[in-house]
Amino acid sequence: MDAPASEKRLEQLREKAWQEGVVPGRGVDVIGGPIPRKPGYYGEPVVKPPVWTWEVPLYFFFGGIAGMSAVIALGAILFHHIDVARAAMWLAAIAGAIISPILLIMDLGRPHLFLNMLRVFKHRSAMSMGAWILTAFGACAVPGLIALELHAHQIFPGTLDQLLSFAAGIFIFGAAIFGTLLATYTGVLIGATAIPAWFLHRTLLPIHFGTAGLGSAAAVLELFGHRISALNFLGFYAAGIETALLIWLSVDKHGAADRAIHEHSSGWLIRIGEILNGPLALILRFFGLVPFAAVSFLIGALVSRFGWIAVGKVSGSDPESVFAAERY
Amino acid sequence: MIGEGLQSTNQRKHSYVKDHVEVGFFTDPTVCIGCKACEVACKEWNEVPDDGFTWSGNSYDNTGHLGASTWRHVMFLEQDRAKGNQVAGPMSLDQDPFRWVFLSDVCKHCEEAGCLEACPTGSIVRTETSTVFVQDDVCNGCGYCVVSCPFGVIDRRPSPLPDAGGAFKCTFCYDRQKSGLVPACAKVCPTESIVFGRLDDLRAQGAKRVQQLQEAGYSDAQLYDPTETSVGGIHAFFLILGEPEAYGLPPEPQVPTIYLKSAWTAAFATAIASIIATLVAFAFSS
Repeated sequence: MDAPASEKRLEQLREKAWQEGVVPGRGVDVIGGPIPRKPGYYGEPVVKPPVWTWEVPLYFFFGGIAGMSAVIALGAILFHHIDVARAAMWLAAIAGAIISPILLIMDLGRPHLFLNMLRVFKHRSAMSMGAWILTAFGACAVPGLIALELHAHQIFPGTLDQLLSFAAGIFIFGAAIFGTLLATYTGVLIGATAIPAWFLHRTLLPIHFGTAGLGSAAAVLELFGHRISALNFLGFYAAGIETALLIWLSVDKHGAADRAIHEHSSGWLIRIGEILNGPLALILRFFGLVPFAAVSFLIGALVSRFGWIAVGKVSGSDPESVFAAERY
Repeated sequence: MIGEGLQSTNQRKHSYVKDHVEVGFFTDPTVCIGCKACEVACKEWNEVPDDGFTWSGNSYDNTGHLGASTWRHVMFLEQDRAKGNQVAGPMSLDQDPFRWVFLSDVCKHCEEAGCLEACPTGSIVRTETSTVFVQDDVCNGCGYCVVSCPFGVIDRRPSPLPDAGGAFKCTFCYDRQKSGLVPACAKVCPTESIVFGRLDDLRAQGAKRVQQLQEAGYSDAQLYDPTETSVGGIHAFFLILGEPEAYGLPPEPQVPTIYLKSAWTAAFATAIASIIATLVAFAFSS
């Protein structure tokens, strides 16, 4: 909010209005007066912008990595890349069962009540579904990792080891299924809201978040030294989809309704993020500069997550975007 | 109604909660005098904390907008005649350049409430009288209701205010209603600009008032009650002069759950595509 204006300041404004006919600035525009009018009710927001801070976009980033790591682990274990599977499951468990819950709890207004998230199951609330998906993912990824490690180190003999190998397979399969949902539901979460720039792109968001998660997971594994052609293929796939999304976003414009994506600093965050994890990552990978492509993709994925939250704040504070989206 | 004295629905005791009657607010700006008694009564009864004083300079409105610590908000609109399209009145067109409209804004208590659908803890519930109520002891402050309200009503209360971190909005004085009392804002409204009562009675009263005003020359008088959109109507509805945009009201509010189907479809498609891409990647590299 603005600082309280003093009587003297108001006198100055009146004086200026009298002389120049117009006075820019908040709180001085009387409709029908000599001062330009603002949209809606004195330019006040029509919907409320999100109250979320840095924890939420960071959670989108780590949740995406965790979920899609489990998918990579599933692919790796099916085709006997045990080392990649182990690394991917470590990544899934650390990012999905430790970092993600901590970030989510930190973001709550009342962190000590976080368990209330599991009080009800509401399929019509993406936040409720997300809490359950994250719980189910953790419940699969952690035992899956433990079983896989015990099996890989041949700790137990004979039948018990076979049982562990079977259990690892089941848990990793579960983690992969819930993992794909963990990486994509965040797009539904912000897509199904009253914020115009978000709900107008509700089909793009889950595709972007999921694909960015897959590419980021592959990129992290590559940076940890797992330079195999499968991960390189996934790098190409994710960067290719992200390039397509960049084109989609620049074609599918809705004027004032989603201008937060194309203007302001929020627009720049989206643009930088999409270029880093789209065309730039694609070109770097094409020339064989795999580590640079991986870093470019990761930074892009992170920046664009912050960008989308920033877009929500700008779009939610802009009354004209709400009117434009509804009268569209 | 005004003129009924203690027999008005704003004054007499009721048993709507016990009888499970749908209740509502009908807010009529044409009789509002902008005294802000509703704002004060709401703050006092509900012990809503002081959220700071800022001088907005926007007419006589220093409240700004509804929020976690503002559950009633009297708007002060200064409309020019072109916008207002008003022909009747004691002064001629060139003598009276604008009209001053006061409207007491409040949570709409939607038929299909975005906040209630979004709440992952089950903290937000529908009461016996069909109003929308936040159970403060359950709310963990996730903030999802804030972006799910198509009217921008509910908000998370920031520190260091009392009970910070939770989401707050108008309770429709659920505590008073349970005791057969009228909500504090309607009880104190000196002109009965805010009318509390059975929703069906109020809708009939609202329609009658619009007709009356139009016959008197206020050709742009209309009810603001989005029954045609996915919100499905609101329990606290308004009479407005002119367009809803001027009041900061969304012209066609939608409950965000209508976006779920397309968003989840995209999510599932991405999930399947990611699994296939991964399997293909490993199948051809080994």
